[in-house]
Amino acid sequence: MSVITPKSAKAPAHPARTIAILALLTIALTTLAFFTSATKVKLALDLQGGTSVTLKPVVSAGGKVTEASINEAVGIIRNRVDSLGIAESLVTAEGNGAQKNIVIQVPGITGDDLVKMVGQTAELRFRQVLSEGAATVGKAGDTATAVAGVTPAINAAYAALDCAKDKGGTDNAKAIVVACSQQDPANPTGPRTKYILAAAEVVGADVNKAAAVLDQQNNAGWMVNLGFTGHGTDAFGKLTQRVTSLGTPLNQVAIVLDGQVVSAPRINEAILTGNAQITGSFTQARATQLANVLKYGALPLAFRVDSVDQVSATLGSDQLHAGLLAGGLGLLLVVLYSILYYRGLGLVSVGSLIVAAGITYLAVLLLGHYRGFTLSLAGIAGAIVSIGITADSFIVFFERLRDEVREGRSLRTAVETGWARAKRTIIVADSVSIIAAIVLYLLSVSSVRGFAFTLGLTTLVDLIVVFFFTHPLVSILARVPYFAEGRPLSGFSAKSLGVVSKEA
Amino acid sequence: MSALSGIGGRLYRGETSIDFIGKRRRWYAISGIFLIAAVFALSTQGLKLGIEFKGGSSFLINKSGATIAQANDALKAAGITTESVVQKVGTSKITIQTGTLTQERIVALKQDFVQSFGVDISQISSQVVGPSWGKEISSKALRALIVFLIVVMIYLALAFEPKMAVAAILAVIHDVLITVGIYALVGFEVTPATVIGFLTILGYSLYDTVVVFDKIRENTRVITSTGKMTYSQAANLGVNQTLVRSFNTSLIALLPVASILFVGAGLLGAGTLKDLSLALFIGLATGTYSSIFIATPILATLREREPAMKALSKRVGQRSPGSNETKIATPGIDGAPLSKKIERGPRNQPKRKHR
Repeated sequence: MSVITPKSAKAPAHPARTIAILALLTIALTTLAFFTSATKVKLALDLQGGTSVTLKPVVSAGGKVTEASINEAVGIIRNRVDSLGIAESLVTAEGNGAQKNIVIQVPGITGDDLVKMVGQTAELRFRQVLSEGAATVGKAGDTATAVAGVTPAINAAYAALDCAKDKGGTDNAKAIVVACSQQDPANPTGPRTKYILAAAEVVGADVNKAAAVLDQQNNAGWMVNLGFTGHGTDAFGKLTQRVTSLGTPLNQVAIVLDGQVVSAPRINEAILTGNAQITGSFTQARATQLANVLKYGALPLAFRVDSVDQVSATLGSDQLHAGLLAGGLGLLLVVLYSILYYRGLGLVSVGSLIVAAGITYLAVLLLGHYRGFTLSLAGIAGAIVSIGITADSFIVFFERLRDEVREGRSLRTAVETGWARAKRTIIVADSVSIIAAIVLYLLSVSSVRGFAFTLGLTTLVDLIVVFFFTHPLVSILARVPYFAEGRPLSGFSAKSLGVVSKEA
Repeated sequence: MSALSGIGGRLYRGETSIDFIGKRRRWYAISGIFLIAAVFALSTQGLKLGIEFKGGSSFLINKSGATIAQANDALKAAGITTESVVQKVGTSKITIQTGTLTQERIVALKQDFVQSFGVDISQISSQVVGPSWGKEISSKALRALIVFLIVVMIYLALAFEPKMAVAAILAVIHDVLITVGIYALVGFEVTPATVIGFLTILGYSLYDTVVVFDKIRENTRVITSTGKMTYSQAANLGVNQTLVRSFNTSLIALLPVASILFVGAGLLGAGTLKDLSLALFIGLATGTYSSIFIATPILATLREREPAMKALSKRVGQRSPGSNETKIATPGIDGAPLSKKIERGPRNQPKRKHR
């Protein structure tokens, strides 16, 4: 398909080559999509049906919301949602800094239990360990009967507890409970531990500071420094004094957040000063995580349910069909108009639109696979709206081109001089669109972001297509006699350009 | 279509020229009336806000043959008497909006719907919005708007010239105000999708203005040295030269938006698609108007105040006696070239033909 022509000074080096590069890139992306089996567009809940809940964190104790505590809360809520065992559920923080909201998205209509469950405040508690074991369904003798207060019912619950299935028991501070260890984020399939835990003696509010530090004096690696309030110092002192002389596992104190054991360190000595160190071959990440849990527990966030959206599967598919229909119709109308108005050149714009649509589709597939991007109704609307912007960059180019031809230039030179000028306009105009998309994306919430994202994406695709497809294609066409001579349907006929005939 | 192309050629050479700049007082007056009406409508009637902004619940039940009476029965059973709006959409959808309800009452109400309509609970779509959510959306949208305007103003000031940035932003504010005014006047409901629409209008309106300004900048780059045209004349020529493009752009932008509006309103009745496209539809129309009739005249007004441009106007006035800056050839749409055949370089001297 390459066209052999003598090289002219103004023409781009090799238009055919430019198109070939784009084609190769597209093929490469397509192959990538196939190999990663990213062949289906991920749909947002409003198109496939589902429940989404937006939570606004509010501090209970008059403190302030920090980004770290929100991130911790996201982790906690993710644990809760995961415990429902629904595939593809998603918990994310939206917004920036301390202004973040937590958005929970679960496919299918899950009823109102979800809303209730995720909205509860997560508490941090310190509990003495009464029994510890591998986190699978245990044997009947796998108990801690030796300790006072452990009823047969608790023993039965402990024996039946399988941490891979149910992720924890109740979180009643005053009762003896069974609990599972938190899954190590660094080792998501690693083994877990289950516990029987005594009633909580120290709570999150008793902690006043926590930090991950690197022990340089004793070269003991990463550890967590923990400080207690006055009340906490007393309570923790009492607890440690009592358990430190006991045998394993009774000499361990579990740090429990939202019903899950984050860590269960052994108490080496009674800690009466209110300052404790938790050591153990921690990585920096693990120590930081533990410190964050402790800090979060000191000032837990409560959640206000700000919005709940439940979309039935029927409505979802209705919206999807409507969106696709609107897109198809819009595209068809734009195609018809371009062909009627620009004739032969219109075909170039139709071809460019198809290429742009293809690249956008690929991008959505791959972003869905790698970045978890989901297409929402607002996103589809953004894409449809951008058909106009994309088509417009062709119009800017074509009108420029025709202006140059009107000034008496040959089509071949007109393509290059017109392009040089149109290029600038297109870049500036598209930049404004992209700025709009970025600002909207960064500063707004929920559905607006989906719209902003596709708008930005398609504008970017538009730039790629205009530079690497439309312009080179027109350069090639300009060498085809049919266009260069301005035949009636080429879009360059003297009549349609309104060129003043030269015979005068 | 080709008739239109022919006009394109004439507009380009300045044979057909519509006097946008010279009649700017007229356009300012028209916009002024609209703006006053918009502000008046906003302050007296205000906007009709959707539940996303004021808090509340809305339910959508999908069942063929569902009736409004069934919905009212369920509302009565749940003891909800105030503030509810029931609508039928198409043949199989019923929407019900209520005020703010507690979580318990919502759960109970859904059970009443299940009974009354005889549907499974999974067929009930719902949206529950807390009273403070809307404030957050609105304040975020407002912040996005302000940040956007500032960033774009800086960008345009760098890419073009500061006065172009000012003119473009003024035109955008004009568009948003008029669009919001129309919403207040007609009483269309404002939802987050509408807000998306408003924000997109900003992008569009600027985009359109940018293309016009780009041409003006090219036309005015050397005017002070050639001294053949005033700034206003060069700007007016720019608008005329990009008129066909503006028309094409607006039409091509409107086609997809119209199809969203058509499908959204016709098939789904209400929701994201309809709200978004309605805002866009209204906004695009005002955006196109403002980039031609408002942005460019404001730019010309601003630039003509510069001493260099004043001097230029004087010089041009002396060069071609009998014409002043506001009088530009207006032969009308069908006006054939009035005088001699023009062969080359006419766009530097569009006024010659007037003699």
